[in-house]
Amino acid sequence: MQTIFLKGRGDFEEWRAAARLLLLNDIAPGEIAWRIAGKGDALAGFAEPQQLSLPAEKRVVTVPPAFVDLAETAVCHSDPQRFDLLYRLLWRIRGDRHLMQVVSDPDVMAARRLEKSVRRDSHKMKAFVRFKEVASGDPTGRRRSFLAWFEPDHFIVARLAPFFRRRFFDMDWVIATPKGSAAWDGEQLTINDEPAAKPDIRDDADDLWRIYYANIFNPARLKVKAMTSEMPRKYWKNLPEADLIPDLIANAEAKVRQMAEKAASQPPAFHARLRARHGQAETLEAPPSGSWEALREEARRCTRCPLHCHATQTVFGEGPQDARVMLVGEQPGDQEDLSGRPFVGPAGKLFDGVLSDIGVERAGLYVTNAVKHFKYEPRGKRRIHRKPNEAEIAQCRWWLKQEVDLICPSLIVAMGATAYFSLTGERRRLSEVRGQVLNMTEGRRLLVTVHPSYLLRLPDPVAQQRERELFRDDLTAIIQ
Amino acid sequence: MKKSLKERLAILSDAAKYDASCASSGTTKRHAAGSGGLGSTEGSGICHAYAPDGRCISLLKILLTNFCIYDCAYCINRSSSNVERARFAPEEVIWLTLEFYRRNYIEGLFLSSGIIRSSDHTMEEMVRIARELRTTHNFRGYIHLKSIPEASAALIEEAGLYADRLSINIELPTDSGLGRFAPEKKPEGIRRAMGELRRKIEDAAEPTLRTKKRRHFVPAGQSTQMIVGADGASDATILGTSARLYGSYGLKRVYYSAFSPIPDASARLPLVKPPLMREHRLYQADWLYRFYGFEIGEITAVTADGNLDLDLDPKLAWALAHRERFPVDINRAGKELLLRVPGFGTKTVNAILSSRRFRRVRLEDLGRLGVSLRKVQPFIVAEGWTPNRLLDRADLRALFAPKPEQLALF
Repeated sequence: MQTIFLKGRGDFEEWRAAARLLLLNDIAPGEIAWRIAGKGDALAGFAEPQQLSLPAEKRVVTVPPAFVDLAETAVCHSDPQRFDLLYRLLWRIRGDRHLMQVVSDPDVMAARRLEKSVRRDSHKMKAFVRFKEVASGDPTGRRRSFLAWFEPDHFIVARLAPFFRRRFFDMDWVIATPKGSAAWDGEQLTINDEPAAKPDIRDDADDLWRIYYANIFNPARLKVKAMTSEMPRKYWKNLPEADLIPDLIANAEAKVRQMAEKAASQPPAFHARLRARHGQAETLEAPPSGSWEALREEARRCTRCPLHCHATQTVFGEGPQDARVMLVGEQPGDQEDLSGRPFVGPAGKLFDGVLSDIGVERAGLYVTNAVKHFKYEPRGKRRIHRKPNEAEIAQCRWWLKQEVDLICPSLIVAMGATAYFSLTGERRRLSEVRGQVLNMTEGRRLLVTVHPSYLLRLPDPVAQQRERELFRDDLTAIIQ
Repeated sequence: MKKSLKERLAILSDAAKYDASCASSGTTKRHAAGSGGLGSTEGSGICHAYAPDGRCISLLKILLTNFCIYDCAYCINRSSSNVERARFAPEEVIWLTLEFYRRNYIEGLFLSSGIIRSSDHTMEEMVRIARELRTTHNFRGYIHLKSIPEASAALIEEAGLYADRLSINIELPTDSGLGRFAPEKKPEGIRRAMGELRRKIEDAAEPTLRTKKRRHFVPAGQSTQMIVGADGASDATILGTSARLYGSYGLKRVYYSAFSPIPDASARLPLVKPPLMREHRLYQADWLYRFYGFEIGEITAVTADGNLDLDLDPKLAWALAHRERFPVDINRAGKELLLRVPGFGTKTVNAILSSRRFRRVRLEDLGRLGVSLRKVQPFIVAEGWTPNRLLDRADLRALFAPKPEQLALF
């Protein structure tokens, strides 16, 4: 039987050195007694009785990184069995390299439990340490000094000291605990594993914090269990806000009742003044009626069909009001919906590309859509385009007609079946009318072609190129 | 007479408590050791305290002022309310944030405000606070700013340089609800602000041509909040709105806030206990949508009225309505199916997938993983376990539903 004495204060290296030597000497887990060195015991590792040495031939002990991660954390646990458990795992890993992945194995699970408990304690220490300001130890007086007292379950001070250094870098601080302490002075992070004594300090800022704590609490939502499961009572004694809790709970019901009983009172005087001012502001802004600006403004508030509730905004037409050519698409897409402008997404980019191929400036054209709101189906983090139905197209035709009447183009280009339907009221297969120039009322001509997004949907690049050329040829009609 | 700092802190934190969000996670990793300042954010957020309402306190959540020119019926700060009013000077907010942070009470600041004078004036003061915290005081902790509706694009742009998160509340699930309860708020204006922010965030995420670096802009993204139970919207309506918000604006979170009685409340609102269980079920459904591959329609189709079953969690309710999909063999089924088993979380599913490459997984193994066997048993086949006819039992629901409570006599 080998008896190993360890200091056992969360130092992974101490355990690792011992475990490595034992493993290289093939000493089975059952033959080892792990002990915490008390006063009088020679410290750290192998006192006299053990005659262990590294074997002559060099043997390397390799373990999966997952084990090292686990052991580094689990060794900080205060459970006296931890050294034995970790060594047993190490021993078994020699014969079963995949052991760490067998999450359901009892030893793996027991070690994971220790790890979890240490992580939780660490997390709670990050949360519940409360610094109190003390007289500055810095002779220049530039750095302020703080002191905290905390009582962790496990040996985690050394693990967490770097976190507190990174966070509270510009101030001096000491965190004292019964399981060691840490201190930072701007240059040196000092760790001490000896138990510290509880200091007696107070800080006026705690009063402000207590006011905040009491007032951010909502008495109508009392859920004491949810609180205590995350902030267990064992931590309360060192939290300045915790002694408020019993009263807050006891008075919660009365507070809510008071709120309910007190009927709504007369509004304060400034409310009436605000109302009056608000009404005036509304009437000032409207542009002259009958203008294109007024029409767009009106369309922004359109509620003719339910699509407006789901889309971001109305995407109205865009272009010079004396444009000779008007192009009509189907409806805005994701990008158009966000920016409020027609044809700026992928289909718009393609459209711009084709226009520049035939040497036409988009700035000279009026570009709009048959339907002014984006219709879609949410799918996770994306939106899937959906075709507008006849009712939606019919409602929106009203806006399109106003646009046509105001712009008075001599040529309208219907891009896609929806635009064609909206402009003519006829349901036709696009292939039947594509490329045709039809006569409309008032001497206006109508050119029918595909919607640019149709080209984007073609999977075959050759077909896409061919269709793009056809689309370009269709659009050349707008030059004449 | 001017109220003391303590009095104003009491008023302006009381006024801020109806915003549910207190997250401080998901932003960039950074700390003060490089800059010599104060503060860090290292991935997961930290809850520094819990109030007896079970909510975490992670941030100093306060209003700059609770004066407001808007009159939203559900809001404690609406202009027609007689609550006590107060305001902080920007320097006071900065001072409180830093002093609270130094004592490790908080992870940072969540600043909101009533709207005074104009949207831009209010937003400007808030941006100033964030800017001074970052630049003058070298503060590296977390900052969440509430965007003020209709604030100018330039101010939002600047806010995004200093804040980890921006949020703007959608408030109610339908436009008509908002029209009734918050006449000054424009639903399309709120959506436009979210869309604008999504575009800015995406632009910043593109590496620049020259330096190939991504710009630092609202690294923890945007979120919003919906009030539950103030208007008559069903859970299907609420969740449908959430799905659209997630899909349209890349929101990190939609928070649900059970409508809770406020002092001096408008008579148009239900002054009853907040529907906390409903709120909880909505969060569960939201999770199923985002992390478990469920469609909103699947979750809400279980009941006829589109409201979630309050007695059963939504996944269990769905499973009971779709028994033909079970039992699932945990040693063979794919991840998507395992995620649909009531009682399995994502961690459990990953543990099963990892273990079964080397061992057949048994019911006892699940027990050791902390899974409630009572809950999963009828729905799975494991090594040495088949549920036999358990799934066909007509009273299966009764096995899970809470025991009926005896009503209080008085």
